[in-house]
Amino acid sequence: MKPLIATAVFAILMMFAALTVKEKKSFTHFAAILMLGLVGLNVWELADYNRLLATAQASPDLFGKMLRVDNYALWFNVLMSSCSFFYILLVGRSIEKVGVHVGEYYALHFFILCGVFLLSTYNNLLILFLGIEILSIPQYILSGSDKRNLKSSEASLKYFLMGAFSTGIMLMGIVLLYGAMGTFDIHGFNFYATGTLNIMGVVGVLFMLVALGFKVSAAPMHFWTPDVYDGSPTPFTAFMATIVKVSVFFAFMRLFMEGFANLDPYWKVTVLGTITVLTLLIGNITAVYQQSVKRMLAYSSIAQAGFMMFVVIGSNAMAMKGMIVYAVAYTLATVGIFGVLLKLKDYTYDGFNGLAKKHPFLALIASICLMSLAGIPLTAGFFAKWFVIAAALEQPGTFWLVIFALVMAAVSLYYYFKVIMAMYFKTGEPELITPVTTMDKVVMAIIGSAVIVFGIAPDMLLAWI
Amino acid sequence: MSLILLLVIPLITGLASFAFRKAQAVKAWALFGSLLTLVVAAISLCGIKEQTHTISYTWLPTLGASFALQGSVTALLMTLLTAIVFPLTLLAQWNKGIEQPHRFYGLMLLAQAGLMGVFLAHDLLLFYFFWELALIPVYFLAGQWGDKDRIKSSFKFFVYTFLGSLLMLGGLIYLYLQTPNGSFDYDTILATGTVLPMAVQNTLFVLFFIAFGIKMPIFPFHSWQAGAYEQTLTPVTIVLSALMVKMGLFGVIKWLYPVFPNGTEQFGNIIMILALIGIIYGSMLAIVQKDIKRLIAYSSLAHVGLMIMGIFADTHNASVGVVAQMFNHGITITGLWLVVDMIERRYGTRNMSELGGLAGAAPQMTIALVVITFSSIALPLTNGFVGEFLLFLGIFESTNPNHIIYMAIAGLGIILGAIYMLNMVQKVAYGNKKEMAIADMSMNERLSIYLILAVIIVLGVYPNLLLQLL
Repeated sequence: MKPLIATAVFAILMMFAALTVKEKKSFTHFAAILMLGLVGLNVWELADYNRLLATAQASPDLFGKMLRVDNYALWFNVLMSSCSFFYILLVGRSIEKVGVHVGEYYALHFFILCGVFLLSTYNNLLILFLGIEILSIPQYILSGSDKRNLKSSEASLKYFLMGAFSTGIMLMGIVLLYGAMGTFDIHGFNFYATGTLNIMGVVGVLFMLVALGFKVSAAPMHFWTPDVYDGSPTPFTAFMATIVKVSVFFAFMRLFMEGFANLDPYWKVTVLGTITVLTLLIGNITAVYQQSVKRMLAYSSIAQAGFMMFVVIGSNAMAMKGMIVYAVAYTLATVGIFGVLLKLKDYTYDGFNGLAKKHPFLALIASICLMSLAGIPLTAGFFAKWFVIAAALEQPGTFWLVIFALVMAAVSLYYYFKVIMAMYFKTGEPELITPVTTMDKVVMAIIGSAVIVFGIAPDMLLAWI
Repeated sequence: MSLILLLVIPLITGLASFAFRKAQAVKAWALFGSLLTLVVAAISLCGIKEQTHTISYTWLPTLGASFALQGSVTALLMTLLTAIVFPLTLLAQWNKGIEQPHRFYGLMLLAQAGLMGVFLAHDLLLFYFFWELALIPVYFLAGQWGDKDRIKSSFKFFVYTFLGSLLMLGGLIYLYLQTPNGSFDYDTILATGTVLPMAVQNTLFVLFFIAFGIKMPIFPFHSWQAGAYEQTLTPVTIVLSALMVKMGLFGVIKWLYPVFPNGTEQFGNIIMILALIGIIYGSMLAIVQKDIKRLIAYSSLAHVGLMIMGIFADTHNASVGVVAQMFNHGITITGLWLVVDMIERRYGTRNMSELGGLAGAAPQMTIALVVITFSSIALPLTNGFVGEFLLFLGIFESTNPNHIIYMAIAGLGIILGAIYMLNMVQKVAYGNKKEMAIADMSMNERLSIYLILAVIIVLGVYPNLLLQLL
């Protein structure tokens, strides 16, 4: 509870900080301190919960069972806020360059985190709706923050219109489910209560699937992603592509695992399987043809979403572990590569030519992050893919789906390694728009080592669930 | 203990190499590290008489993966091969100027660490880890140094091999999920795999075999090989053809053949036919080559085809022959690549029509070339003969209904091998002498080549030194 309230309080503090704070740099420092405080609050909450568990006084249910704050959700919150902290440290300078109202950007970030914390602990469809909305609306604003850039306004408008539409669909789905089941509580859903399949409930499931699929950019609901990610200011794209997407997947998995457990496996394997195949296919094939690394990363995030769908298809204990590992691996790697991308002037592949010779540290971190995204062993991304595939294989009937996904992973190698090849094998003069500060190096080193450490011992991430 | 050292020494020396600044210093450091590894490898092999060492440390308890290494005879022979090839290569290539040497030698040693891990790993997840970890440094080595088309050929090699590995990953995870408590330990995997239903075994066999087959390579999966061998620098070519090929063969011997017996029965015949096609196809392609490096690359396809046939022939002689041939082929091909590189560096070309008269200009180099060629075509008194003879014997004795035909066609491969290799020697060594005066082998080159020649002749004359272990 404390972190949830804290996000709202910190957001308001950031908003009103503009009254007293004059320098843009101070906003970043203030936001970083508040974020660190948030991490601390989450850790305190986790420790508190475990202490109460030991004395059998803990109950995960809050607000009349509308929230379920258990170990799993609390640990996820800790990880997400930590990743956000490193995000602010790494791209803070670039956020300051986006526009004038820096305090408000950070406030919006805290509001998004409020949505994240709601999504990880929801037990009730209304809270899911609240969480998704609180998550999305600040993003509409953030994607349009670069007022001087027409593409940014385009991105914001596209995102807002399509997002609002999908929220409407989700609301319809929630209403149908309520009408069919008589309750908003996701643990109270029984699709076979009358003996035969509850058709209204199934239609509700379909609507929810489409709406949540939109939010995580699963095909065929992905058409907004490339333009929005490309048009938004780059630091905000990094946040959108990682923390937000991963949190919605968390909610998605919980919905299917706990709410729709009663449904026929057909829904998970065939329907979600089709969506996964389309997502992997479209995401990977179109990413191959991109000229700009930023747009390539947007399409590759669609492909990564395809892999994360396996978590929803699996919906078992292995999937829960996979969700945590994938969340951390994907977030750290993407934040890392965006951190390097933000330093460069030229976002095309040729802008990376010869980076290894001129800035070997940047090239090393970029390579580690790209190899993690590709799933090379020794990086966290390998275990992420491992868990996700194991979760899928535990669900019967998914074998060929997994084989297809592995072939697509080989395709993804092409566009990830195109960047690595440009950095190491080609010659050129890469230009940086901002110099690499010591803080940047420290944070990048932490991210790089974290990716490798979690690639050798992913058990560290699973100790708390 | 020595098993851990075999991994740790190349790893530490490799990582340390990146910190060096001067070329001479890093070369000496790399050579020192590889010699140290050689000493440990030799000691490990000598100690095999007492028992097979297996060590195991916990790594990922929630997954059931342990850091387990086993030094079986085959594994230790392969690590010895790796340990011999690296210092010999580094020594012979001492005078070659390489750009960014600290990175080059660092990556070479890291590749050695990965290779050692593949041969020693006794835990399926650890095996997969090292399988990939051997690939990454080699990819960077192949892509950053070499001829002008190296970026494309190295990338093709990388993606092709990685696709195979990913398919193996799918099969690996599926096999893991079938084990009783979720464990990657070798004995558990063996017990689980052998009792799986037929259809499942067949599918998993195919998935694993594709990965190993691409690495070796076997006939339909070989298109990455010629380009990759030709475009890379010689030390990297040696790592690719002498050592990484053995990775694939070793994977089949340890992880595929015993674990999926039904699959082996089902697909063994097809694989033998594919290997046979590879032998003939590779030899025919080698005959028409003008570029020496491509010729040897295609001849490698032929040699590996014979070894694959030996694995699936399922007789004692064939199994002994495969391991012996794996070791001997590694030594011979290393020597061959080193001599070819010496010729290329002196004459500036690899085209046979532009070469000639080596015998008059550099007699010692010619002797080396001729003896190594004899070993490559399996002439008796060279170590190449030992392995090939045992392989033929094994294929002949096998219970496969077509064993006589297979043996006959494979024998044809030997004759074809003699054709292109002796043709190459004739064109390069004899014929009209070229105008330019070239230097014969320098001291370091002579040292490594003579050591290779010594192994070739000693194992050819007294093969029991090797065979007593098997």
